[in-house]
Amino acid sequence: MDLARQIDVTPAAMASPDTAQDPAPAPRRRRSQTGLAFIAPFGALFALVFILPILYAAYLSFFQEKLIGGTTFVGLANYAKLVQDPQFWDGVGRVIWFTLIQVPIMLFFAMALALALDSMRVHGARFTRATIFLPYAVPAIVSTLMWGFMLGVKYGLFGSLNDALGTDIDPFTPDTTLISIGVMVTWAFTGFNMLIFYAALKAVPRELYEAAAIDGANEFQVIRAIKLPAIRGSLVVTIIFSIIGTFQMFNEPQILPSMVANSGVTTYYTPNLYAYNLAFTGSQQGYAAALALVMAAITIAVAYAVQIRGIRNASDQ
Amino acid sequence: MHPTSSPRAEGGKASRTPIRHPGPGRRLHTVENPRKSKTLTVMTGLFTLYCLLPLVWLVVNATKSQADFVSSFGLAPGREFALWDNIVQVFTYQDGIFSRWLLNTLLYVVVGATVSTFLAALGGYALAKLDFTGKRVFLFVVLGSISVPGIALAIPQFLMFAQLGLTNTPWAILIPSFINPFGLYLMWVFTAEAVPTGLLEAAKIDGAGEFRTFLQIATPLLAPAGVTVLLFSFVSIWNNYFLPLIMIKDPAWYPLTVGINQWNKLGSTAGNGALIQNLVITSALLTIVPLIIAFLGLQRYWQSGLSLGAVKG
Repeated sequence: MDLARQIDVTPAAMASPDTAQDPAPAPRRRRSQTGLAFIAPFGALFALVFILPILYAAYLSFFQEKLIGGTTFVGLANYAKLVQDPQFWDGVGRVIWFTLIQVPIMLFFAMALALALDSMRVHGARFTRATIFLPYAVPAIVSTLMWGFMLGVKYGLFGSLNDALGTDIDPFTPDTTLISIGVMVTWAFTGFNMLIFYAALKAVPRELYEAAAIDGANEFQVIRAIKLPAIRGSLVVTIIFSIIGTFQMFNEPQILPSMVANSGVTTYYTPNLYAYNLAFTGSQQGYAAALALVMAAITIAVAYAVQIRGIRNASDQ
Repeated sequence: MHPTSSPRAEGGKASRTPIRHPGPGRRLHTVENPRKSKTLTVMTGLFTLYCLLPLVWLVVNATKSQADFVSSFGLAPGREFALWDNIVQVFTYQDGIFSRWLLNTLLYVVVGATVSTFLAALGGYALAKLDFTGKRVFLFVVLGSISVPGIALAIPQFLMFAQLGLTNTPWAILIPSFINPFGLYLMWVFTAEAVPTGLLEAAKIDGAGEFRTFLQIATPLLAPAGVTVLLFSFVSIWNNYFLPLIMIKDPAWYPLTVGINQWNKLGSTAGNGALIQNLVITSALLTIVPLIIAFLGLQRYWQSGLSLGAVKG
């Protein structure tokens, strides 16, 4: 079998998992219901935690709380209000911009690191892999505190830097806060994504590399022809997870204002922060419910679009 | 790193012969063991530094007194080594409420992660090996729910739990943590692959009931995926901030994450409270140490579990 053919066929075959679609083609028994008892506890709690809250939120979203007159049915008024709410769209715009810039940078680093470690040309690969993953285990609250203190001009390194050089760099001004949040998020999640890529690379049959070496392919040809196609499926997964993550950004902008005086973080900085403030300080629960539902719908739609595109690209190959 | 660490990579492939030893005049390095590259090591090293820097900063500053924290350079040690003092203060400040937060967190994590892993294993097993009406619908709904953002869900959950009178009780944190759709997915894929149907049939022929077959035959085979799901549930519950923030108003039921931020706010620029940044930093360090130990100690398990998810994903 010649190299090119082998390279084309095998990773593609691996990318379409045979069992994932329907892993239950055990010899078809009579339609027994034994599984129901096993699935029932999960199903019941799932209904309580996922389905009922969404239905209840949908119900609440048809009501508004007024200072006078209490809660009244308003039909779709909350949704109509949301569509025209500049504060909501300001937050949506911010997370979209953030996603467009931060996610590619993070995934580029994750992929480059996975390829570097998989090439087995790096000294101390085990240590590197574990260290880069470590931030994933750090809670967002701790990560925000650390980075906030460490970068801040008041107690942190930029304060010392400014003192030493006479500069005036502040990582937490209305113009720079989002960049600093990007640095924190990239720190926290690059390792997780790297491991997903790395695991996909490890699943490539080693004979492919041997065959490539016999044919005289260099490392870059191997990356292009074998490794990148092998991690295509993982790329779709990591993009979807990253989009879901950044669209619901909350912790960093919620915590930062208590650490930095002029961070520029508003009460509607991200859609979720806005929903939180509406529900808990503005006591506009119906409006907050509508916002949460619309945001979930937008996120699912985007994640779904990415997935469809990913599948189409894979089958184009 | 040996290249056969992935169970899939070696499955059924007989020709594991390493590449023939290179003839004279060619590189002495093989495909399996290429020459190490300095450039590549430096580049990955820089990123490793970025990952380590805040953690180093945290450790260094947990050893400083409040006075030293305010006055000394961030990455240099302070005049006195105050780590033990800080730890004692963390555990005694406000009548020792930190221990309460630690115990709360342990309660949420141990109960939540155990129940969610068990439910995911039961469900995954049923999906892979058993039959029931509505399986496709169930799968569609549960897998679809993976892409529902957790935070978008938390506000509806809060509104409903408030109606049910569950807010401000530990149940408000425990019940949502029992359900882990991604864990169910991992267990499903793993059961399909690692548990031979024939073995289950044999157990049933010998007279074991469905549940006993699951517990005695399948569960031991599912251990690697189980550890992965357990560990990731553990981390996500330990690190959860938003859900307890909205569900719990009584500081006596706070987990660590919400409690620490409470302390942080005390000393914030806006408040008039005492500056206790040394306690905030030391408690932050104490919060992450158990997780880091768990992750490093269980590396072997979760890495293989994760690789399964990645290959299937």
